[in-house]
Parts: sequence; C-alpha cells; structure tokens
Amino acid sequence: MNNLRHLISPLDLSLKEIDKILSLAATIKENPKSYSKKCEGLKLATLFYEPSTRTRLSFETAMLNLGGSIIGFSDAANSSVSKGETVSDTMRIINCFADICAIRHNKEGAALVAASKATIPVINAGDGGHQHPTQTLTDLNTIRSLKGRLSGLKIGFCGDLKFGRTVHSLIHALVRYPDNEFVLISPDELRVPAYIRDDVLIHSGVKFTEVQRLEDSLSDLDILYMTRVQKERFFNEEEYIRLKDRYILDKEKMKLAGPEMLILHPLPRVNEIATEVDDDPRAVYFKQVEYGVYARMALILFLLGKEDTSC
Amino acid sequence: MLNVSGLKDGIVLDHIQAGMSTKIFNYLGLEKLDCQVAMIRNARSSKMGRKDIIKIEGGLDMVDLDVLGYLDHNITINIIKDEKIVEKRCLKLPKRLTNVLKCKNPRCITTDDKGLPHIFFLANEETQTYRCLYCEETASK
Ligand SMILES: [Zn+2]
Repeated sequence: MNNLRHLISPLDLSLKEIDKILSLAATIKENPKSYSKKCEGLKLATLFYEPSTRTRLSFETAMLNLGGSIIGFSDAANSSVSKGETVSDTMRIINCFADICAIRHNKEGAALVAASKATIPVINAGDGGHQHPTQTLTDLNTIRSLKGRLSGLKIGFCGDLKFGRTVHSLIHALVRYPDNEFVLISPDELRVPAYIRDDVLIHSGVKFTEVQRLEDSLSDLDILYMTRVQKERFFNEEEYIRLKDRYILDKEKMKLAGPEMLILHPLPRVNEIATEVDDDPRAVYFKQVEYGVYARMALILFLLGKEDTSC
Repeated sequence: MLNVSGLKDGIVLDHIQAGMSTKIFNYLGLEKLDCQVAMIRNARSSKMGRKDIIKIEGGLDMVDLDVLGYLDHNITINIIKDEKIVEKRCLKLPKRLTNVLKCKNPRCITTDDKGLPHIFFLANEETQTYRCLYCEETASK
C-alpha cells in the first residue's frame, strides 16, 4: 500500500476527509446493497485486549456488511496472542493475517504503538481513557444526519467529563467547525481535564461554559450528550458511588428541553437516562448505533483506499 | 565579560539560573565525562543578579542540546577555541524529547511495554508544555 493511513485520534482526519467519510456513510445508508461486496476477500482483525462487545460487534458488522471477513480476539485474558506479548509484537503478526485492524486496549497510547509497527491500516477502537475516534465519527455522523450540519450548534456534555474519552474526542472534533458552543455539565470532581480546557477549548477560542446543574442548561441546547460515570476509571470505590447518580435525565427534565434537542449517549447506559425517556422522539441514542455501523463501513473503505471505486 | 580562562577548547553554558547547575549537570550526565568539567555557582551577573556557569572541555557533541533546551532555553552556549569565545548559541525549546522524561501516567502504554522509548512532544510553546506522545499526559519538570 503506498499511502498507509491509520485512525488513532480524531484529528488524524482533516475536515475534508471527515466530510468525505460521512458523505459516504450517508450514501451507504441509502443504498447498502451496492456496497455489500466491496471488501470481498479482505479481512478485518479485531484486537480487543479489553472487552467491549458493542464496539467490536459494530466493527464486525461493518466489515461483514461490506462482504469482508473477520478474525481476532475479544478479551486479552482468553487470548494466547497477548500472554506477555507486547502490542508491537502482536501487531507485527497481525500484519501477516489481516488487511486492516481495529485495536482496543486499556492502556493509553496502545493504538499509536500498534500503528508504528503496522503495514496495514490501524483503527483505534478505544485506548484507555484517551481517544475513541470511531465513536466520534459515529457521533458526528448521527448529528450530521439528524441535524443536517456540524456547525452553529449548542452542545451540552453531561456526566463524567474527566475520564469520558468520547467527550474529549467529540469536543476535539467539533471545535474545528464554525460557531459551535459548548456547555460542560459535570460535578467539580469530573470536570474536563486541563488539556482539553486549555489546549482545545481555550486555544481554539470557542465559547464554552462549565456548570454543575443539568436543569439550567436544557432549554437552549441543540444536542445533549449524556455519559455514564465509568466505574473502571476510578481507583476509589467510594468516590464512584458518590458521583455515579449525580445526573439522571428523566421525563420531568425533558420537559425543560426544546422540541428539537437530540439526546446522544455513547452507550451502554447505566441509569443516567431513565428508560421512560427512550420513547421520546428526541432520544436518538439507539439510532446512533446504526449510524455507527455506517460510519465504520465508510471508514474501512476510506482506509483501504476503496471509497472512490464504483461498484 | 565572561571569564573563560582555564579552558582552551570547549563550551561554556552561561546564564544558568542560580542553583540549577547541579540539576543540569545530572540531566546531561556530565559525571560520565572524562574531560574537565567546572561548575561555578552564584556568579555575579548584571542581567540575572546571580547565575550558575558550567564549563566543559571538548566539543559541542558533549552535551544534548535538546535536553538543555528543555531544562532552560535561556541558557547561552559559548563555544571556546584557543581561550576565546568564537560563537554564541541560543537554545530553542526542542520539539521532541526521547528518553529524557518518563511518563508517570499509570494508565499509559509505556507502563505495559517497558521497551518503548519515552517520547514527549512540545504541545504548547507559550506555556512550554510537553506531553507524552502516547497518552498526552503533561510532563512535570
Ligand atoms: Zn504516557
């Protein structure tokens, strides 16, 4: 391959490339059949050192929808490939087996290390609390498809903004579009880390506010991005228990929101969105899963250099 | 005028912040050198009040300029030939530092794979912030 590309951070893609991928995702959604043989004879390796069934199934569905096949492992504990073997070495082996790979690891930077040894495109499917660029593509695809634009939006992020990597990645991506505004809703302990606040938000000059109450912000948001407080990111159980139920979006609170506000959530949800909200037409977090598959299909085609080939 | 007597050919690290010379000595690994190394502490300086100076016999290849630039880019390097200053060099903040700093983030991949080089990049020139290439954790000086 002459132009080997990876997706490690959402910033690896230019705005033009994101637009290309999301346009392709929309075309695929319109006409999935004409893409069902694009990856015939090609293999996607899913290297999941940390289990994440939903993300893995989304990748695998994407590749199967394109007519390709899949290999890989779904949990480091049960895989011989990871017994003391470094990510670098595993990657060197996978180079010989697959045409493209998606890697998920609990350590930050693992995908970058894999990419440094790869001769095939590497997709970061989540590296610890760090980046999760295909979730970002999923989120962007959902917003673009349902709002028709990625600019001029007021987006609220609520919950764990400290460890919530999907939030960090999406903020990174959205500050690049004009006239977006952010409302960051979190308890003091879970505010966005300094590198997002200083180097991304302040640096880019976007408008943003940090608040603690969800109720006060709902009325003029275009998007509300809810997150769960993740137990595995805490070293201290007590702190987790104290913070996990801080924000619960229910029918009552949804009355405060505008009729066009969309609720997104990277899933799985625990209890931060009451199930009574699921039937609200503004709740699009299950649609998001579908948009995620189209986004991943488009990404796989893009990274394999197959996005322009006619069917 | 900087006194370079006693050094025929070598380099003089001037305008080191007073009290910092020991740290710089250690970071540069000067204890491993066979040649003459002199440390002057609390020298009088019209610009800084007090400053430290390190004189090293030998060429510019004796010190890692990236490390020095990271530690204090206000240090001036004087290159001495035949007991005279023939060149003055200013330091720049290096764009990248390899195996100078260690990432302290317990969630970083470098804690799993001990063979990986610890690489930091200059993330913000104004605030002189360096971040781990892998996990983006801020380096602490
Ligand atoms: Zn690190």
